Amino acid sequence: MSRILEVEGVSKSFGGVVANRDISLNVAAGEIVGLIGPNGSGKTTLFNSIVGYHPIDSGSIRFESREISRLRVPQIARLGLLRTFQQTRVYKGMSCLENMLISTSHSGATLRGMLAGVPREIEERAEEILEFVGLYPKRRLAASDLSFGQQKLLEFGMALMNEPKMLLLDEPTAGINPTLINGLIDRLRRANAQLGITLLVIEHNMRVIMNLAQRLYCLAHGELLAEGTPGELQRDRRVLDAYLGAH
Amino acid sequence: MRREALTFALRGPRLAAALILAALSLAAPFLFPAITVQLALLWIMVVFAMTWDTTGGQMGYNSFGNVLFVGLGMYACAVVQRDFGLGYFWTLAAGLAVGALIAVTVGAVLGAGMLGLRGHYFAIGTLGLGIAAGEIASSWEYVGAGGGLTVPIYPGDIAFRTGFFYYQCLMLALATFLALRWLYGTRFGLALNAIRDDEDKAEAMGLHTTRYKTVAWCTAAFFLSIAGGILGNIIGFIDPRDTAFASSSYGIWMVLMAILGGKGTLWGPVVGAVIFHLTQELFWTYLLGWQRVALGLLIVLIVVFFPQGIFGWVRARWPERFGATVEKPAGTKSA
Amino acid sequence: MQDGQHAAVALRKWASLRDLPDPAMDRALSARRLSEGGGLPAHKLDGNCAAARAMANLDVLIAAPVFAIQLLVDGILIGAVFALVAYGMALVWGVMNVINIAQGEFVMLGGYTGVVCARYLGISPFFGIPLGAAVGFLAGLLVYQLVIRRVVEHDLFTSLLAAFGVSILLAQLLNQAFGPDEVVIDTGLGSLNLFGNMVSVSVIKLVSCGLTVAIGGALMLFLKRSRLGQAIRATAQNARAARVMGIDTDRIYAMTFAINAAICGAAGALVAMIWVVSPYAGLPYTVRSFTIVIMAGLGNLGGVILSAFGLGVIEQFASFIFGAETEFAFVFSFLVLVLIARSLILQRQRKVLR
Repeated sequence: MSRILEVEGVSKSFGGVVANRDISLNVAAGEIVGLIGPNGSGKTTLFNSIVGYHPIDSGSIRFESREISRLRVPQIARLGLLRTFQQTRVYKGMSCLENMLISTSHSGATLRGMLAGVPREIEERAEEILEFVGLYPKRRLAASDLSFGQQKLLEFGMALMNEPKMLLLDEPTAGINPTLINGLIDRLRRANAQLGITLLVIEHNMRVIMNLAQRLYCLAHGELLAEGTPGELQRDRRVLDAYLGAH
Repeated sequence: MRREALTFALRGPRLAAALILAALSLAAPFLFPAITVQLALLWIMVVFAMTWDTTGGQMGYNSFGNVLFVGLGMYACAVVQRDFGLGYFWTLAAGLAVGALIAVTVGAVLGAGMLGLRGHYFAIGTLGLGIAAGEIASSWEYVGAGGGLTVPIYPGDIAFRTGFFYYQCLMLALATFLALRWLYGTRFGLALNAIRDDEDKAEAMGLHTTRYKTVAWCTAAFFLSIAGGILGNIIGFIDPRDTAFASSSYGIWMVLMAILGGKGTLWGPVVGAVIFHLTQELFWTYLLGWQRVALGLLIVLIVVFFPQGIFGWVRARWPERFGATVEKPAGTKSA
Repeated sequence: MQDGQHAAVALRKWASLRDLPDPAMDRALSARRLSEGGGLPAHKLDGNCAAARAMANLDVLIAAPVFAIQLLVDGILIGAVFALVAYGMALVWGVMNVINIAQGEFVMLGGYTGVVCARYLGISPFFGIPLGAAVGFLAGLLVYQLVIRRVVEHDLFTSLLAAFGVSILLAQLLNQAFGPDEVVIDTGLGSLNLFGNMVSVSVIKLVSCGLTVAIGGALMLFLKRSRLGQAIRATAQNARAARVMGIDTDRIYAMTFAINAAICGAAGALVAMIWVVSPYAGLPYTVRSFTIVIMAGLGNLGGVILSAFGLGVIEQFASFIFGAETEFAFVFSFLVLVLIARSLILQRQRKVLR
């Protein structure tokens, strides 16, 4: 399988605090990869570096063999590498359907295209995806009227609407009612299998990530601690120590 | 897609009301010849409020300095009328066009720097822009400096003059309304709302935010400059600080009218402008020099007690009227 | 006129001013600043030669560097007052997350208090400093209770607009009470001549600079040591945590806003003595404070002081080169420049000014 994302020797520090030190990881096209580690281990910083939220100090980040570490957030998003936020972010003043309609891929968006009406097929796809995430009946409701969990689903739907090649999910199950988590895992799997979207997932819920991911990377204190299959990492002494604070 | 929040279908009683309003607007110079100028100014105010709302209400970029474009249009038009002798009507048209061109260019150039600012930095930055323009104009000899600039007089009959400008204002307001109504209904309008609600998210989704922000600001600049050009001709004399770049009157009125009517709605700024202008025309003269004190008081009162505006209040009261409905088909249980 | 002649005329004019007796010269100098400002009077020149005039004035500066020293000294002394007002703005901004656009109007309120002392009560304008602070404090408390309190939890633009409304209201009330003209207080203190009478430093500016330092120092001490000051700083760091810990944040906000207004009032009384006050001169002070805080960065006290001196000096030079009638144009344009520069610098680090 070809590598869709290659991170090589990435370091990032804020002031004197090193958040990421010399991190290398890669994700193959079509994979589901998990990123775990205790709080403050630098997972979200790494996400932010990958999607261009801040410049990195050293190292290289390649997406589909193209160096992206110098690109800005919107440019990277238009290449098909998208992220969701830990603190869910949707357009709260707009209806769910409008949230979806504006979330199509902007890679070839022209001003003229934007000034034309919304094509029928885009509206249909938006409704399909809303159905998929279970928000179709609420499509005309303002996003601010949704519960936190529903907003999370909407954000996921918006990401799907964008038809990305790869999706970085920052704690997709945090704050979601436990009874809905299975449904979400199922949807993530289907997005991966049916739509061919590569996933890189930060997750604290061990049950979820062990079920979902094919491979895992574990960060601790800003450094890459271990990598392997869920089974391998579950038996890894270092990973356990990191989570229990013995590191 | 129809965006219910913005457009009402024109049917039945609504259509009748619209037709009556249209007929009244068209016949106004004949029905109310004594107040034609005030009615012309009303349409200018509608343009002011609507264009302010394009960036302020729809895009979330609250500008205190949109009056900059009014002033640019006013001065450009007057200078063209002063310096080029193509006959009155041709020079007026040329002046309005030149004004629009300059305003849009300035909007695009300044937008590159200013629209990178968020929140109150943008608000105060644009305030600085508007006042700086007034101060610069008042020390620039070419445009008459602090002494102001007299606009060439309409050559024909005085009765025709007011009618002439009234219909220009009416057409401009109508054009602005239709253009913005159409714009908000497109995906461009959605992009503006997305920028307002969460610009970081919009960037993370790959939107060309800078491009859309600039286009929105330039759209406002375009209509404002033409309004400015006409306004200069109606008033007949341009004072750099008190008419062209009048930050403490037109500049702040724009904001106030849009907020009074309801930010981020199509009709809100129109209604706000009408109410504000009528109130002003009816009561302002009784205040005997205390007008500006009253203005300050009015701003405080509206902002403190009625920040959501008329349409905002109506929308919060009857959300389903604006399309916010939940369907409950059997068997579908949402998360 | 040739450029060289401009310079010569300016030099002669300056030299002739030097020969005047002390108090008269002081008045003449301030009159020059008020009416003409720069090296050459505007009305002596024909229409489209603003650029030529600016060049000529620049020549004067190069030909006689002692002018530069004069401008530098004046700028620093004026900058001290800017620093005080900007410090107050940063305090309110940091603690309440409100940008007080009425900042400059509080300054003018203090200024007119000084004017009332000197003109109508017949007492020394120096009483205007504590009285201005008291008037400012009360006005600040009133404005907070009536307006700011109701918008402090709203979004930023709402509080900004509310403060703008207060600003217009106060300016117009001052206009109704005192008329639109500029007012100065003559303290009767002379000036010191340095560098063989080439640089003059008016005593009142020195005194005001010293008082500014004293007021600023007292405020810092108050914030650091007193119980209320500590509560204010705690609220600034995290209002919700402060509330949980039993601090009445509403009262803290009220005190912060009132203390800021008091600082502005005291600064205003100084402004009335060293410069001019007018109902409409408020907004430039707000904008200056805002510019200074942006240049320094919020919460950077040393930066605020340095930026304030910097702005004072830059303004003096700009006023000399472009003429005093462009003073306001410069203040507002400079704000725009600083904002754009700051935004561009941040954009290089992929951040935005928010």
